[in-house]
Amino acid sequence: MQRIAFTVLLFFLIGVLTTALAKEVGEEFSVPPPPFKEGMYPCSSCHASMETNRKKRDLKDEHITIRLHHAEALRWCLDCHAAGNRDKLRLYNGELIDFNRSYLLCGECHGNVFKDWKVGIHGKRQGYFAGGKRTYLLCVHCHDSHSPRSKPIKPEPPPYTPKDRMNAK
Amino acid sequence: MPNRSYTRREFIRNLSLAALSGLSIPMLSSCTKEHAEDFLQKHFLEMTNDEKEALIARLEARYLKKYGKKFKVSAQEAIPNTLWGYGLDLSRCIGCRRCVYACVDENNSSRCKPQSQWIRVIRLKKGSLIDLENSEHYYNPETVPEKDYIYMPVQCQHCEKPPCVKVCPVHATWKEPDGLVVVDYNWCIGCRYCIAACPYRGRIFNWADPNVPPDKWNTSVHYLGNRPRMRNVVDKCTYCIQRVRMGRYPACVEACPTGSRKFGNLLDPQSEIRYVIENKRTFRLKEDLHTEPKFYYFFEA
Repeated sequence: MQRIAFTVLLFFLIGVLTTALAKEVGEEFSVPPPPFKEGMYPCSSCHASMETNRKKRDLKDEHITIRLHHAEALRWCLDCHAAGNRDKLRLYNGELIDFNRSYLLCGECHGNVFKDWKVGIHGKRQGYFAGGKRTYLLCVHCHDSHSPRSKPIKPEPPPYTPKDRMNAK
Repeated sequence: MPNRSYTRREFIRNLSLAALSGLSIPMLSSCTKEHAEDFLQKHFLEMTNDEKEALIARLEARYLKKYGKKFKVSAQEAIPNTLWGYGLDLSRCIGCRRCVYACVDENNSSRCKPQSQWIRVIRLKKGSLIDLENSEHYYNPETVPEKDYIYMPVQCQHCEKPPCVKVCPVHATWKEPDGLVVVDYNWCIGCRYCIAACPYRGRIFNWADPNVPPDKWNTSVHYLGNRPRMRNVVDKCTYCIQRVRMGRYPACVEACPTGSRKFGNLLDPQSEIRYVIENKRTFRLKEDLHTEPKFYYFFEA
C-alpha cells in the first residue's frame, strides 16, 4: 500500500515538474536586449547603497527625465520595479523577473495585446520566419514604459507628382 | 516559253536567300554575341537548369560591367506547400512611408529621374474607407498620424486571379506556384497592357534606366525580383521574392515602425497571417472584382 502511494506521489511530482518546465520553456521568446540608456544598468550600482523610500514623490535629483504618464494616479516606481532587488521587475504575485522578460509584466494588465504579441500580431518580428533566427521586439522597444502612448513622427517625403517626376532633384 | 532563263523556282529561291541574309544582317553585323544570345533567349519557364545558369552568368557579368558591383543573381524556385499572404493592420498604420523607402532600397528601384516606388500610401478621411477616388497620396504634414485621417498602403496584391497576367500578350508575367505574381523583365515588351488592367495600380513602368546611387545597390537579387531593371519594362512588388523564398520577412515588414505589416504562409495553420484571418476583421481591396487578392487589410478587433 505504502509503495503504491509512493509511486503515485512520484508520478505526480514528475508530472507537475515537467508541465511547469514545459510552460516555462514555452513562454520564452528570443528578444534583443532591452533598450537601456548608457550607464543605466545595473540599477543596483547606485541603488544598492541607498535606502528604500516607498513614499510617492517628485524626483528631484535623479530620473528627472522620466515623466510617468501611465495610470500615474494609481502607480509608483516600486509597483513595477522590485524594491529589494533593483535589477529586477516585480510581478503581482511577487515573482521577480529580468528586464528581458518584461513582456510578462506588461501582459498582466494588457492581456489581449499580450495574446496578440505572443503570436506575432501586435508588435513586430524580425529576421527569418523559417529556417533561421527570429526575434521579437519587446514592448519597451516601441513604447516608453513610463509614457507608453506612441508619439507622432515625421513622415518620409511624398512621391514626386507627375509634373516634377522627370526633373526631380 | 521553253527558253525562259529565269524560272519561278529560281525566283523563289533567290527571294528566300535574300530575305534570310537581310534578316541576319542585324544579328551578324551590329549585334554582339551577347545581344544575339539575348535575342534567342527562351521563355524562363521553358528553360532547363543549365540554360538558367548560363543566363545568370551572363547577367552577372553584364551587371559587373555596367554597375561595377558583384551581383548574386538567384533563380530559386518556389518552396513546396507555400502560398504567401500579407496582412496589414489599418488601425495601426500611421502613414509614415518608412515601408516605401525600405522597399526602394531593397529592390533597387530608381530613386529619381524617374522615381519608381512599388508601395503607394494613400490617405483617406476617417469614415470613408471606400472613397478611394478622393484619396490623397502626396500628403506631406509635419507629423503623422493626423487627426481624422487613416492611411492605407497599396501595393501589388498578388491576386489569385490576376487580370494583369490575363492581358499580357507575350506571357512575360505569370503566377508562381507559391502565389507570387512575377515579371520576366527580359521577356517584357513594354506594352503596358498590365498596367491598364491592374485595378490596384500595383505595376510601375520603367521610363528610363534605374538611377541608383552606386553605393546603394542591393547585390543579393532574384531573377524574377529585384535585379536591376532595364528601360521600357514593367515591374512591381514581388513580396521580396529574394527574401521570402529564403524564409526571411519582406523589407517592408521589417521596416514598419508600428508593426502593422504581417506576412506568412497561408497554407501553414501556425502562421501569423492565418491567425489574422481567423481572429481579426479582415477585408480585401476591391473584392467585388473577383481578383482574389492575397493581401488582407485588418483592424484590431
